[in-house]
Amino acid sequence: MIAEMKKPEEQEVSLGKKEGEEKFSEISSEMPKLLNHKEEKSMNKVQAKNVHCWYGDFHVLRDINMEIKQNTVTALIGPSGCGKSTFLRTFNRMNDLIEGFKLEGEVLIDNKDIFAKDVRVNELRKKVGMVFQKPNPFPKTIFENVAYGLRVNGVTHKKFIEETVERSLRQAALWDEVKDKLNKNALSLSGGQQQRLCIARAIAVEPSVVLMDEPASALDPISSAKIEDLIWELKPKYTILIVTHNMQQAARVSDKTAFFYLGDLVEYDDTKTIFTNPKKEQTQNYITGRFG
Amino acid sequence: MNNERAKTLKDNIFKGWAIFATSVGMIMLAVLLIKIGMDGLHRISLDFFTALPSRKFEKAGILTAWAGTLWIMVTTALFAIPIGVGAGLYLEEYAKKSRWSSMLEINISNLAGVPSIIYGLLGLEVFVRFLHLGESILSGSLTLALLIMPIVIVSTREAIKTVPNTLREASYALGASKWQTVWMQVLPASAGGIMTGIILALSRAIGETAPLIVVGALTYVPFVPKSVFSSFTVLPIQIYNWASRPEAGFAVNAAAAIIVLMSITFLMNGSAVYLRNRWQKNVRW
Repeated sequence: MIAEMKKPEEQEVSLGKKEGEEKFSEISSEMPKLLNHKEEKSMNKVQAKNVHCWYGDFHVLRDINMEIKQNTVTALIGPSGCGKSTFLRTFNRMNDLIEGFKLEGEVLIDNKDIFAKDVRVNELRKKVGMVFQKPNPFPKTIFENVAYGLRVNGVTHKKFIEETVERSLRQAALWDEVKDKLNKNALSLSGGQQQRLCIARAIAVEPSVVLMDEPASALDPISSAKIEDLIWELKPKYTILIVTHNMQQAARVSDKTAFFYLGDLVEYDDTKTIFTNPKKEQTQNYITGRFG
Repeated sequence: MNNERAKTLKDNIFKGWAIFATSVGMIMLAVLLIKIGMDGLHRISLDFFTALPSRKFEKAGILTAWAGTLWIMVTTALFAIPIGVGAGLYLEEYAKKSRWSSMLEINISNLAGVPSIIYGLLGLEVFVRFLHLGESILSGSLTLALLIMPIVIVSTREAIKTVPNTLREASYALGASKWQTVWMQVLPASAGGIMTGIILALSRAIGETAPLIVVGALTYVPFVPKSVFSSFTVLPIQIYNWASRPEAGFAVNAAAAIIVLMSITFLMNGSAVYLRNRWQKNVRW
């Protein structure tokens, strides 16, 4: 089923690439295709242009360029300390919280530079949700965990909050397990349930991009599989970036994969290509487990 | 073999010493409690709480003393809690880590160890004389607030430090502002620890005598305070006053007042322990 879902997109992507080179001839000949092309161009949901990052003097990311299409899953892989988590955290400006962090280059979401002066970081984080490595629910009730994002963004309408909480929990495939204990402390849930609660919490504020920083690494295989299923189900609505150390997971859930090594983006391509026919030797070595 | 025996002997000697050391403390406390109970328990009655101080020991009561203590404690808390918690919050959540902030940190910890009479002298000079607040409840409670502020600040910081960063990140990631994160996540998560610190600080303040005598608390107050500008006395001063009288009847009164003061302190410390346990049970990461 997974393979079926993937196929049409792969075709689209490869078509788009070929057409890009013959852009000018098409303009005159085929108007519909031009429109299509334009649409596709604006569908670059997330873009990084010449991004450099530093922690103090430590140059963690070097000249990263990446374009991510809407409603795709992109896996960021690489050995620990390669900068993939830092890269993920630039998209909701989580790194701003770290003293000594510096960024150069442009990070665009919906073609808007998120580091521009007029961007309010709270608004950005509403649009770009995040799920962390360790499940980190608030020590509050299950209901309040999901409602928190709405509350801090000024939503007070009780009915609306209740509906959103239910819808988010359903989307996160957690509703049936918690519907009778919404007022129980979220910390009483199992690790896997907590992580799905964190996903529900993130999508309750209706982001368009969801960042996941090793969301399944602290979970047992069954909970981990549930998270992967969930990622598949969320894909039609969200653009998902996921950092993972688990190669099989990256291969299973993602459309595109980016391999980072020591602060460089070594290779970025369709997941299938990366895992079957990588262009760089480093990538090949890493995915086959020869190092990393 | 011989070596083994020597080891066991050492073990037993050390264990014996530890038991002895513990029992010294326990026995001393028990003897004190029993002695005071025997001396003063029969003196405690409703009249004792509602009677004004008197030259006749059988008529004298602690009404003005406990009223004064209540006034002092409430006003001290009103000053010490918002400022102490605010300062702890600032140092932990807002201040950038620099040499200056770490120096401030050391100084605050040191302030907690300054003898209370020094605070009394400071209070006398600043509140009574310079700010012309007089020998009032206000002067006394401001002085005590200064005295316990370092304890409140340090315990607030300790409590906030136990809040994991992942909680703050989760809040920020949902678009919460710094203020919302602090108010809705960090403070509730550390409230148990902060409350414990506040109660322990206040239970220290309730037993303080020296600084209040310096700022001019009276030993004989025949009226209940009406406002923060009234003169006042507190339980420990009343006890000190009665204990220094030659008549045996006043010694009984002192013992009874000690029982009252001690009960309050036990109650406060007990609730601090209760809060801490409850907090640890409810919040785990």
